[in-house]
Amino acid sequence: MSRERVVVAMSGGVDSAVAAARCVAAGDDVVGISLRLTSGGAGSCCSLDDFHDARAVADRLGFPHYVFDMTDAFARHVVRPFVADYLAGRTPNPCARCNQHVKFGLLWERAAELGARRLATGHYARIDVEAGGRLRLRAAADAAKDQSYFLFMLDQATLGRTVFPVGGLSKAAVRREAAALGLAVADKPESMEVCFVPRGDAAGFVERAAAPGALRPGAIVDEDGRVLGRHPGVHRFTVGQRRGLGLAGGGPARYVRRLDAGSGTVTVVAGAAALAARGLVVRDVSWVAGTAPAAGTVLGVRIRHRHRPGAAGLALGGREPRRAWAGGRGPAGTPGQAAAFYAGDVVLGGGWIAGDVA
Amino acid sequence: MRVYLDHNATAPLRPEAREAMLALLGPPANASSAHREGARARAAVEAARADVAALIGAQPAEIVFTSGATEANNLALRGSLGARPGGLVTTAVEHASVLQTARALERAGAPLAVVGADAAGRVDAARVLAACGPGTTLVSVGLANGEVGALGPVGEVAAGLAGRGVWLHTDAVQAVGRIAVDVGVLGADLLSLSSHKLGGPAGVGALWVRPGVRLAWQMTGGPQERGRRAGTESAPALAGFGTAARLARAEQAAVAARTAALADALWAGLRAAVPDVVRNGPADGARLPNTLNVSFPGCRGESLVVLLDLAGVAASAGSACAAGAAEASHVLVAMGRDPEAARGGLRLSLGPTTTADDVARVVELLPGLVAQVRGARRAGTAA
Repeated sequence: MSRERVVVAMSGGVDSAVAAARCVAAGDDVVGISLRLTSGGAGSCCSLDDFHDARAVADRLGFPHYVFDMTDAFARHVVRPFVADYLAGRTPNPCARCNQHVKFGLLWERAAELGARRLATGHYARIDVEAGGRLRLRAAADAAKDQSYFLFMLDQATLGRTVFPVGGLSKAAVRREAAALGLAVADKPESMEVCFVPRGDAAGFVERAAAPGALRPGAIVDEDGRVLGRHPGVHRFTVGQRRGLGLAGGGPARYVRRLDAGSGTVTVVAGAAALAARGLVVRDVSWVAGTAPAAGTVLGVRIRHRHRPGAAGLALGGREPRRAWAGGRGPAGTPGQAAAFYAGDVVLGGGWIAGDVA
Repeated sequence: MRVYLDHNATAPLRPEAREAMLALLGPPANASSAHREGARARAAVEAARADVAALIGAQPAEIVFTSGATEANNLALRGSLGARPGGLVTTAVEHASVLQTARALERAGAPLAVVGADAAGRVDAARVLAACGPGTTLVSVGLANGEVGALGPVGEVAAGLAGRGVWLHTDAVQAVGRIAVDVGVLGADLLSLSSHKLGGPAGVGALWVRPGVRLAWQMTGGPQERGRRAGTESAPALAGFGTAARLARAEQAAVAARTAALADALWAGLRAAVPDVVRNGPADGARLPNTLNVSFPGCRGESLVVLLDLAGVAASAGSACAAGAAEASHVLVAMGRDPEAARGGLRLSLGPTTTADDVARVVELLPGLVAQVRGARRAGTAA
């Protein structure tokens, strides 16, 4: 058999179903794999329904499908760091970590054991080849669905064995294709929240998972150190947050500017303008091309999913490159979130936000 | 042509059992009805009861039909402690339907002792007996372990418990039809068995109850099974169960000899091709004749199961969740394996339909798959 074996990561949703269908149509030897990431069960991710949905797609399209248990690895690489980040006053990005460690890390290892040459996923992003043979990671054709922000850590070796079959399609086109193939998941609603956190209640999840005494309660203060209120733990806040501060009304809206887990202090500022920073500090930076662009290169920097990249100049400083916002002012970074660097719709790389350049 | 080496999960339906079932599918078949249709169903159910009883040397009236061995194990544990509240002793290598039920009873207040196993999955009768206190009313020890093939010390435990007023239950699902089982000499009070491991249909099983043992019956609402288990019997399924039991009894010694020889050939072939292969379970002596559980260091059992499946061979990696994902085997953990090694087991379980060609195919195929997985691992480590 000369057909190339391709493992398709299948969540049970419509995107990965169509990704698999496109691999089948391309003549690949497709093996579908779903990952069991938590033992929670119904209502969250990895419910039996999702596995049954994925298996029904595989049956319909005529390829084998298996479920691999990765609950231990997911807890180690994603869930425990998620809790630790919140307790330390950071706002984690579990999807990017899952991509980095689980999907494009451990799942690829397992796929390679199965003799796969490539791994396909239902991510909305595109991979193309530059003139010199170098691979580029680009935003999806459908900007509203683009997931390239969560994929900034992919390198040349990973891109070379990765396929994003739906990255050039709109979501509507994906649903149409699924319906045309008679796939029952064609109309399946999307899950928008962190898959392992029930009802989107991250604070409650952290409180249930935290060790006794690990929560960091403290004061809510203004920039002058004036105490405005008390709070039950820094994990309930994120930089830039306006709602749910529990402060007495009046005056301009207040926003969270800083979290200090050591003292439990939440610092707020009045008015959105006070959230600005001169630049960002980004840690553990990786570059899709394998090498960093020259210092001073102006990049687009996206600091949240769906955030429109702002222009920033690059200043390399050891392992913690700094990015100064063009024009000297930009949004404050949220420690723990990813910063992805773009040139137009091409992802150059990214890293994890450590703080601001004040 | 597929090769099926997962008989400990379920066996293919025997053609004779299928015929017996087909004869009852269609006409009304409620064995409790007064009319002729009901009488025909009753005759089929009672014939099945006689066949199942004969398979284990019991009397037909001692057989309570259930929806399967899981229900039989639940009935044995819950019914015993319901009738005689007290402590429960079991072992760490039992099937989940025993272990999880025991844990549930513990949460409901029953003192529970779980006795460990040795590195081969064997349980020491003396340790089971030592775990029994004055308040113990039930001991549950499996007759054979379906993952690694070790046999449980049921006879020794029964001898040790004689005269102490403690009931002894044994989950014999993996033993019946593979080794000789006779409740007349075993000494147990309760014994669970399953239809689909014998080549009957899934969805039916039985609990053998020694005369004089009165359980708190769990399923109420009808006179079926002499009031011991309410609910209309599935006459077609029981006809299949009975037929499979009759064949299993007739063929047990011959099948055991043949599967043992084939399992030995499989083990010898794998060992010759992959010298560092490890056998999980008893290396010699008493064990299930049809079960070979092996680990290839540096290889996940799960990857091998998938590669074998893609190449046309059905095998198993031991414990699986409802979605079919392999989990760390609680049996291998009880045998002292670390969590990573407990995911490494590959179980090949043979049955009456297994042929020498099946074994030859696996011996030809598996070493190459092991090399492939190890090669990918090395490449991954080097990268």
